[in-house]
Amino acid sequence: MSRLGGQTGTAGPRMDDQMRQRVSAYPGTLTFLDLIAKNKRDSAVLMVFMVTFGVVIGGVLASAIAVYLGAAPDMQTLLPSIVLGGLVALIFGVFGAIWSWFGGASAILAMSGAREITKELDPELFNVVEELAIAGGIPMPRIYLIGDSAMNAFATGRDPQHAAVAITVGLRQKLTRDELQGVMAHEMSHIRHYDTRFAMLMATMAGLIVFACDAFWRIIWYSRGPRRSNSDREGGGGGILIIVLIVIAVLLAIVAPIVARLIQMAYSRQREYLADAGAVELTRNPLGLASALQKLGDDDEPLVDTANRGTAHMYIVNPLRKMRDAGQSLDSMFLSHPPVKERIARLLALAR
Amino acid sequence: MNGIVGGTLGAGAALGGLVVVGVIIAVGLVLLLLFAGMYNGLVRRRVDADNGFSQIDVQLKRRYDLIPNLVETVKGYAAHERGTLEAVIAARSRAVAVPAGAVAERAQAEGQLTQALGRLFAVAESYPDLKANANFGALQEELASTENKIGFARQHYNDCVGRYEEARQAFPTNLVAAAFNFEKRDYFKVEEAAAREAPKVSFS
Repeated sequence: MSRLGGQTGTAGPRMDDQMRQRVSAYPGTLTFLDLIAKNKRDSAVLMVFMVTFGVVIGGVLASAIAVYLGAAPDMQTLLPSIVLGGLVALIFGVFGAIWSWFGGASAILAMSGAREITKELDPELFNVVEELAIAGGIPMPRIYLIGDSAMNAFATGRDPQHAAVAITVGLRQKLTRDELQGVMAHEMSHIRHYDTRFAMLMATMAGLIVFACDAFWRIIWYSRGPRRSNSDREGGGGGILIIVLIVIAVLLAIVAPIVARLIQMAYSRQREYLADAGAVELTRNPLGLASALQKLGDDDEPLVDTANRGTAHMYIVNPLRKMRDAGQSLDSMFLSHPPVKERIARLLALAR
Repeated sequence: MNGIVGGTLGAGAALGGLVVVGVIIAVGLVLLLLFAGMYNGLVRRRVDADNGFSQIDVQLKRRYDLIPNLVETVKGYAAHERGTLEAVIAARSRAVAVPAGAVAERAQAEGQLTQALGRLFAVAESYPDLKANANFGALQEELASTENKIGFARQHYNDCVGRYEEARQAFPTNLVAAAFNFEKRDYFKVEEAAAREAPKVSFS
C-alpha cells in the first residue's frame, strides 16, 4: 500500500492499482436531480420513522420506569405511563424538528463560533462561492469564518434559500484558489442536494433519542428503586413480567442510541461521496478537491474546540482526528466520513 | 316476479354503465395529470434555461463595466501598450453591439474579448509597478472571477438546455412539446480552444 501523503509537486495525488480498481466501481448514473428528490423523500421518511421510533422508546422506557418504581405490571396501570411517555417523546420530536428547521442553522453557526463576513473582508472567497452558486444555479449562501487554526469547513441550512457555508481561518489560508473552489463546491453540493436539511433533522432526532435513553439511565440510577410494598403485593407471573419489561427497556436504552448513530453515520458517509461527485459536477475539476483533501488528510490538528460527535458529521473531513484514518475495521461503521484516501481515489477516477 | 327480475337487471345495467363512466373519468383524469406533468416539466426546464441565459448576460455586462476601469488603470503604467489596450476596447465594443438573441454571434464576440483580455493581463506581467497597484490587483481578481462566472453560467445554461432538449425530444414529452410549440434552444458554445482545456491545479 503506497502512501498518498506528501506533495508530489506535479499532477496531484498519485494513484496505484488498488486505487484504480476501487475508483472504477464508482456509480456514475445518478444525477443531482435524482439526489434532491431522494433526499427530500428520505428526510420525510426518516422523520416519520425517527418520531415513531422515539414514541415507542418513550412509551417503553416510561412504563419500565413506572414498573421499576413499583407500579403493577398490567396493561391497565401501565397504559397512562405508556401514553405519557409516548406523548412526551412525540412533543419533543415535533418541537425538535420545528426547532432544527427554523433555528438549527443559526444554532450550529453560533456553536462553532462562526461569524459572518462581507465581501470586502475576503473578495476571493466571495468570488469563489459566487462562481459556484452560479454554476449550481442556486442563490448565494451566507459566508462564515471560524477563527480556528485547524482546517475544516461545513455547510448548513434547511434549503438553498436559507443556506450558509463556513470555513476555518486555517483552511482558508492554506488552500490555493483551485483547492478552495473544490472545498466550497463540496459544501455547495451539500446545500444543493439538501444534505444540510437531512443532516440537521437527523442530528436532532438522533440527539433526542440519545437524550431520552440517557434520561432513562439517570432516572433508574438516581431513583431509590422499587417500593417494597408494591412489589410484595405482586408475585409470581408479575415478577417475571417486571423483569422482562425492564430487560427490554434496558436493551432498548443500550441499542437505540447506537442504532440512531449508525443510521446517521451511514447516511453521512454516503453523502460525503455524493457531495464530492457533486463538487466535480460544478467545477469540472476533480484535482482541486483531491488536492485540498490531501492537505486536509495530512493535517494533524483536530478541531476540538467547537466540534463534538454530535456535529462532526457536518464538516468536510472528520474534525475528530483519531477517526479520520480508520480503515475497514468495525468502527468504520461509526464514522461520519469515509476515509480521506478513498475519497481522493474516487475523485482521481473522475480525472482520468 | 318479472318486475323484480327486470328491476335487478336494470340496476345491473345501470351499475355497469356507472362503472364504464367511472373508468372513463378515471382514465381521463390520469391522462390529464400525465399531460399536466409533462407540460409543466417542459415549462420548468424552459424557464430554467431562460434564467440560465440571463445569468450569463448579467456576468457579461459586469465584464463590460469592469473593462473601462481596467483600461484606465493600465494606461497609467503602460501607456505605450496601445495596441493591446485598443484591441480590448474594440473587442468590448463589438461584444456590446451584438443584438440580443444571437447566441452563436455573442459566443464568438465574447470569446474574442476573453482572448484580448488574456493578452492584456499577459502584457501586464512585465510591469511590476502595475502589478503592485492595489486597484489593479482588485480589478484582476474581479475580472478573473467574472471570467469564471461567465464560464460557470454558460455551463449551467448548457446543462439546463441539455435537460430541456432531452425532454423536448424524448417520447412522450416530444408530443406535448410539438403540440404547444416548445422551440429549440441553442447551446452556448465556446469558440476559443483554450477555454476547453481542463484547468490545471497548482501546488503552491
